[in-house]
Amino acid sequence: MNDQDPVLERFATWAGGVVKGDLGKTIYSESVNGEFGNRIWVSFRLLILGSILGAVLGVLFGVFSAVRQYGFFDRSFGISSFVILSTPVFLVAILLKFFAVYINEKIGFTLFYTVGLNTPELTGWDLFVNSLQHMILPTLSLALGGIAFYSRWQRNSMLDVLGSDHLRTARAKGLTKREALFKHGLRVAILPMATFFAYSFGLLIAGAAFTESIFGWYGMGEWFIKAVNSNDINSVSAIVLFTAVLVLFAGFLADVLTAALDPRVRMR
Amino acid sequence: MSEQLDESISRRRLIARRFFRNKSAVFGLIALSAIALLALIGPYLTPWSWDLAKENGIDFNAFVETEYGGGLTPPSFDDGHYFGTSQVGADVFAQTIRGLQKSLLIGLLVAVFSTGIAALVGATAGYLLGRTDRALMWLVDLLLVLPSFLILAILSRWYQSSGWLLLVFLLAAFNWMITARIVRSVSMSLRERDFIRAARYMGVPTRKIILRHLMPNMASLLIIDGTLNVGGAILSETGLSYLGFGVRPPDVSLGSLIAEGTASALTFPWLFMFSGGLLIMTVLSISLIGDGLRDAFDPGSKSGARK
Repeated sequence: MNDQDPVLERFATWAGGVVKGDLGKTIYSESVNGEFGNRIWVSFRLLILGSILGAVLGVLFGVFSAVRQYGFFDRSFGISSFVILSTPVFLVAILLKFFAVYINEKIGFTLFYTVGLNTPELTGWDLFVNSLQHMILPTLSLALGGIAFYSRWQRNSMLDVLGSDHLRTARAKGLTKREALFKHGLRVAILPMATFFAYSFGLLIAGAAFTESIFGWYGMGEWFIKAVNSNDINSVSAIVLFTAVLVLFAGFLADVLTAALDPRVRMR
Repeated sequence: MSEQLDESISRRRLIARRFFRNKSAVFGLIALSAIALLALIGPYLTPWSWDLAKENGIDFNAFVETEYGGGLTPPSFDDGHYFGTSQVGADVFAQTIRGLQKSLLIGLLVAVFSTGIAALVGATAGYLLGRTDRALMWLVDLLLVLPSFLILAILSRWYQSSGWLLLVFLLAAFNWMITARIVRSVSMSLRERDFIRAARYMGVPTRKIILRHLMPNMASLLIIDGTLNVGGAILSETGLSYLGFGVRPPDVSLGSLIAEGTASALTFPWLFMFSGGLLIMTVLSISLIGDGLRDAFDPGSKSGARK
């Protein structure tokens, strides 16, 4: 590829390749496809675990805060989620690293690894445990933001539902408080969260860029930063394409999730 | 006329009273004032400064002492390096103050621009409806799904060479959409109110109705949104600067300072501790103020209300 041809022509060349499943070559004349294939699983492991953990824990904590409104948990959790929401992802990651090193020193052996995917030359069970030890911190740094974000919204939406008529009816027909809350309350209150979840999943790649570069994971986010800094145009295009697909998929997922949770949508 | 004036003053007083009764909001206000004060008078507290270095014609490592005193001394009041020194012997206090100024300035400007765009677009769409509305909302939807971080990073080459003001515009350009939607729905209900109708039937031009009648009636919404946007903008800017896509090296922002400090964060924590702490405090106090304002303006609203 050269910079003499008109932009549209170059785009046509690139798009033609993409249609045939070829993403072009990096500036180091390596295949973008190969790099893509290596990195995508690294990122997916982080993104899927981080976002699901964030959403599930966030929703649970949010519900708990709402049920025990103004209780000790609600107050302390509210304040800490406020602080986390005011802290950028990279600072969360760095502070976690700090904390992990401190803990490692205190207990005398390496519980948390702060760099890389796993220690080389390990196999079987050891490799699995070792990967987990490497994974905790990056996943946590992504999940913490999610927990703080979802719990705040879930708490508000749960508070709205808690005062609603249909929940009182559910209690009146003899359901226990727990049953009424989870079967009738949570199901309504969780609806807006489904949309948030699906869309944030598509945009998580930005958060992954910080996490991956800080913890030395060679995933999509870290690749993106490197590619932009080295003017590696084919790699950048591939990552942008990947994000676009992710966003579209997220929109689809949002619709499916909403339909699954809300019978009113299915009726239409 | 005088009665109306009294009423408006009393409403203002009511809001102020509600705001100052909110402990966390007051805490945010005090903390933010302290930080702003630090950013303003900080340069006068230390002999090492950006401007001094500029005068001496040093352009790159602008905070380095003239005699090379060796770097990486921990924070101490005796030698005047309150936050210690960096690898090259630059005074971290002077750097942090400069970064704080830059981040605050960028945050404020982005918030003003983005809330301004949101108000204009949202009010226009909500008031005119029809084709204008559809076109503008299409634009909003389009921008909403674009991953702004990726685009800004890709464009960084271009805006970094033409100064940080461009970064401000770009950050604002990707930040206004959600507010615009809220403004639109508020304007749609306002446009049916009698005072807007009266203005329309009296032949007041559309532009004037939007600017003079619609917008002032959404002032509280815009103030709250503008406040919260400052925090969001600071977060985006420092994020970009952290990765080297924002404010460029000769100049510093809190983000680029943290990035520089993290390389050796474990052994020399003072390199990033102060900039990191100030960043968290700034954003936290801004969101506390924003939430306090929301509760004060609209005590019934539940959206985002904490307590």
